[in-house]
Amino acid sequence: MEKDKKEDENTKKDENPLKVNRRHFFSQLSVGIGSLALGSLLIPDLFKGTGAAETAVQPLGIPHFAPKAKRIIYLFQAGAPSQFETFDYKPTLRKRMGEDLPASIRNGQRLTGMTANQDKFPLMPPAVDFKQHGKSGTYISDYFPHIAKIADDITVVRSMHTEAINHDPAITFFQTGSQISGRPSMGSWMSYGLGSENKNLPSFVVLTSRGKGNSQGLYSKLWSSGFLDSKHQGVLLRSGKDPVLYLNDPDGLSRSDKRHLLDEVSALNKMHHVETGDDEIESRIAQYEMAYRMQMSVPDVMDISKEPESIIKLYGEDCQVPGTYAANALQARRLAENGVRFIQLYHQGWDQHGNLPDEMAGQAKDVDQASAALVMDLKQRGMLDDTLVVWGGEFGRSNYCQGKFDPKNYGRDHHPRAFSIWMAGGGIKPGLNYGQTDEFGYNVVENPVHINDFHATLMYALDLDHEQLTYKYQGRRFRLTDVAGTVVKDLLA
Amino acid sequence: MKYKIAIIVVLTLLIGLLFTYKKGIFDFKDEGYAKLKLPETVNYNFHIKPILSDNCYTCHGPDANKRKAGLRLDLETTAFEELPESPGNFPIVPKNLRESKVYQHIISEDNDQLMPPPDSKLALNPYEKKLIKKWIEQGAQFEKHWAFLTPEKAEIPKGAASDPKFKDWGENEIDGFILSKLEENGIHPSEKASEETLIRRISLDLTGLPPTPEQVQVLLDDDSEANISKIIDGFLASPAYGERMTQSWLDVARYADSHGYQDDSYRTMWPWRDWVIHAFNENLPYDTFLTWQLAGDLLPDANKEQILATGFNRNHPITQEGGVIQEEYRTNYVLDRTNTLGKGILGITLECARCHDHKYDAITQKNYFEMFSFFDQVDEKGLQMDAVQAKNKKFFADPPFMTISEKETEGVLSFVNLEKGKDIKVMVMNDSAPRTTRILNRGEYDQPTDSVHPSTPPAIFAFSETLPKNRLGLAQWLTDTENPLTARVYVNRLWAMLFGRGIVETSEDFGVQGSLPSHPELLDWLAVDFMEHGWDTKYLLKKIMLSATYQQQSQMRPELEKADPENRLLARAPRFRMSGEMIRDYILTTSGLLNTEIGGPSVKPYQPAGLWEETNAGADRGILTQYVADSGEDLYRRSLYTFWKRTLPPPNMTIFDAPTRDFSEVRRQKTNTPLQALVLQNDVQILEAARVMAQDMLEAAPDSPNLVKNVFQRILIRNPKEKELLTLNTYYHDALELYKKDGADAEKLVAVGEYRQRDTDPAKTAALMLTAQIIYNLDETITKE
Repeated sequence: MEKDKKEDENTKKDENPLKVNRRHFFSQLSVGIGSLALGSLLIPDLFKGTGAAETAVQPLGIPHFAPKAKRIIYLFQAGAPSQFETFDYKPTLRKRMGEDLPASIRNGQRLTGMTANQDKFPLMPPAVDFKQHGKSGTYISDYFPHIAKIADDITVVRSMHTEAINHDPAITFFQTGSQISGRPSMGSWMSYGLGSENKNLPSFVVLTSRGKGNSQGLYSKLWSSGFLDSKHQGVLLRSGKDPVLYLNDPDGLSRSDKRHLLDEVSALNKMHHVETGDDEIESRIAQYEMAYRMQMSVPDVMDISKEPESIIKLYGEDCQVPGTYAANALQARRLAENGVRFIQLYHQGWDQHGNLPDEMAGQAKDVDQASAALVMDLKQRGMLDDTLVVWGGEFGRSNYCQGKFDPKNYGRDHHPRAFSIWMAGGGIKPGLNYGQTDEFGYNVVENPVHINDFHATLMYALDLDHEQLTYKYQGRRFRLTDVAGTVVKDLLA
Repeated sequence: MKYKIAIIVVLTLLIGLLFTYKKGIFDFKDEGYAKLKLPETVNYNFHIKPILSDNCYTCHGPDANKRKAGLRLDLETTAFEELPESPGNFPIVPKNLRESKVYQHIISEDNDQLMPPPDSKLALNPYEKKLIKKWIEQGAQFEKHWAFLTPEKAEIPKGAASDPKFKDWGENEIDGFILSKLEENGIHPSEKASEETLIRRISLDLTGLPPTPEQVQVLLDDDSEANISKIIDGFLASPAYGERMTQSWLDVARYADSHGYQDDSYRTMWPWRDWVIHAFNENLPYDTFLTWQLAGDLLPDANKEQILATGFNRNHPITQEGGVIQEEYRTNYVLDRTNTLGKGILGITLECARCHDHKYDAITQKNYFEMFSFFDQVDEKGLQMDAVQAKNKKFFADPPFMTISEKETEGVLSFVNLEKGKDIKVMVMNDSAPRTTRILNRGEYDQPTDSVHPSTPPAIFAFSETLPKNRLGLAQWLTDTENPLTARVYVNRLWAMLFGRGIVETSEDFGVQGSLPSHPELLDWLAVDFMEHGWDTKYLLKKIMLSATYQQQSQMRPELEKADPENRLLARAPRFRMSGEMIRDYILTTSGLLNTEIGGPSVKPYQPAGLWEETNAGADRGILTQYVADSGEDLYRRSLYTFWKRTLPPPNMTIFDAPTRDFSEVRRQKTNTPLQALVLQNDVQILEAARVMAQDMLEAAPDSPNLVKNVFQRILIRNPKEKELLTLNTYYHDALELYKKDGADAEKLVAVGEYRQRDTDPAKTAALMLTAQIIYNLDETITKE
């Protein structure tokens, strides 16, 4: 409460009248809330969708209080990994290799400019074998031996679908709920909705890494807070000596000298506060203190030297190499422990228009062990119950070949109608295989999950009602799910 | 449990109240409903429509497809008509509450009857219900939306302040409007700001830079209105004025040096930016400024300058992602132009009508695509060249473009700061690909329906039959003095530039859901006056600055904290943080590092290493995959010239709320965050400035007792108070002792930045540099007071 109140008071005065008013009223009650709409957070019952009652009716053996997530670690696989080499096993494609995709299956789907001019769409087999794993019998490709070991902890959704067929709009859609730039990122919505759990770190942190596969760029708009207050903006945590931009003091300025310097800044600011009566100055003083604490806490969090050997082994040796996916995965756990609300990883290199067998194997190797390790590590610390881990890309890939037909070395184009992701932990039922595609893996035939539905479900797991967490901008109340989205109750524990 | 319910009830009420307050319906303090006074006369635009719009229009507003029960409440005719689905019943019957179904539904205690329905999560509070009741009792008068009425000059409120101290307060017409509102609220204005504050304020507002010591002296010598007027003229005539004005226009025009989207390659639109600077400095009338940008190419015998101005509509992002569908992206570009016109120039959220009729404003989807049609005739492609191809052609532009060579810069394009011997291609507009525009179902490029012709929303202002149905006609429609929005929106934005908040706070939305003006008569008076004076921007700025309102001091007074905590009534001048660009320029200027060259290709000053490299799509895709900082003088150009890569804009600007420029933006947030503190403490640009200033001072007078005082004076444009000086002097001497002991640290510290080192004592330099650094980090330094 104390913290919230402080943060609340730090809200800039003239950026949004709504907030000032809120501050004005609520500060006396000693409750800070992320915004007006967030009355819903203080009093969840009031705004909770009608779904709450329904999910309370559970099969026997399941607790009445669903375990809820407090934070999300999102392992974004940028470029879009192929479902046919990860989690959607389609033996038919092997049997019918080289045959043209039946028009009845394609059914008018628009194609990208890269394959629109092909006269044939020869079906391509999975480049790798699949086996069933765990009690759940989840099909997982041999590219992912470590994830296979946590088959019963994760839930694979094979029926994801989107409208976008190009990277920029697709990834923007996944991250902001809209294909058009300018909306707040998912992490910003969560930060806005739930506030921060710590005083020393941002509530939304971004880490990037890159594999050797064909890459697509990333853009800061993906972690932008859009029209929300920029304190909800994702902060890029970089490998190397300056993990947060401008974090390091200049050479030749010791920590104690720095403290001295800051004390002078505060003292002079306080004098000026008396003179002007402007509370914004008090807020500035508080921001300087927060910055000072970040200068200590960020390097602390980033320093893995005290991690035991067993952890290094669990994540793989790569986790000691800053900037790798494995290092970021370990970092993600450390940030989660330190109360960061939304930890967004991006691993680039999943855009296999060609060279798929080779590149997929490499990309999978980058992420397999560390992704599984993260889930196991959270579990052994008892944190998996309130941490939701998501793994997936921005769309799927075509079941047919892009370019020349060559069974040994081929590529797959973008495909929006069906793709796979997995989730684990906080609020999600483990070991589930959700949704199905047709035998060609082209269309969803059972339990489709649209991106809006996915967002609604994620928010639900965090105890947020996607229809109620709104922000009024340009006269309209915006939501992460825009005007759509249904919570997929089947996925919830 | 009872306690919990009580809290819930109280909070719900408060939330309701807050919403109401937000819309400025009444000045709510702490009293609660009981003490709220209903206005004598309930006004439709100011009291009733905000309630209806926010709570009812979603189902009973302009959007025909979502309308329920056939009831439409935003029009007088339909609000009084017999309900089509319920014969014999009428939504609103003036002066008859019992027969007014709308009223019966909003006060209903039956949840099935209650409006808004409980599942909408919207609810009217008792005060709102009472307002509606009184409005119906008084005859339920409808009015056109205030912002769609042509502005007229109201009579200037006469009357003196009741406080004898301010008996003669007021310098021009503006003050009459401000004072009358203050009097209504029982508060008085503030005294005139000190000379130092005032000159700093004027200089920052007009040039984006701090004043020189000479300029300060001129005001100190004579603070008469006549002299202030002369001083303002001086600033307006300086080339820095055009740069300052251009800075804000770049946000509106979503200017960038890269294409955006996936690969975000290089583009050369900077000659267009140079034109904007030139246009502001030449004081091109705003109507002409707009006309050239929207339709310069369509003017009879258009010259190259007028054609270059049309680059405005090509500043939008352009994809270079191989494999996109051409029509999808071409459509996006046209949408972007339409939306930019809406948000940036008309102050209307046109984009809401892309997919469906506008929910709040009387703009149909058809109206939207009629506007869209003006921009739909360009001979362009969705994808001209993918990033890999582009990499091999360093300078290219997507057609249509114009080529600027040295020859042109000797003539009408003399303001383009072109490198010798280099031709440049700049994207511009043409109408050489006539198309039949069709309404796109749900706004989707692949769902065209009925065809439309270029036109404008009649609800705003009808498109005259005599106008050409092209962008030139559009420009003439926009700049018609009867157009209710163009001047109001621009005047409001300039007001916001000076006061931190517009008379209409939502500068981007003058529609039904936008905020209401705090001083509607003043806004209209200014808009009309501006047009009467030939859309003269410099005239308007000077007018505002010569008002007593503008020249007040900004100190908070205890009684205002209660009466007007947000300073909407302007009983004092505002006090707010400068933009990232202004802060950087301020520091460069006061340290003496600023390079005042105007225009030319954008430059790359210091930026934390590796930022572009970490997120690019691979080194072979596009030519902006690595950031290589410039060196020498280019490090010290004004921030307006800093290279703008859309996918990763300069972090020391975005941290201070600069937009990405992916789309038009007219209002920046003014947040206060720890990351800003880190920039100010650790950005090489600022540390270097502090070091250079320290060396400057020490070189000139190494043993002066006034070192600290002089640094303070130079940065804050005022003399330090005794206590301030004492604090800083003590710090300086402490730091000096420390660095004397540790010479190595001093050497390391002063090594920052590539600007040439001077032969000054390292310990003294380090200590004075940190003293300067403290002052650069003060709230006052980065705030316009």
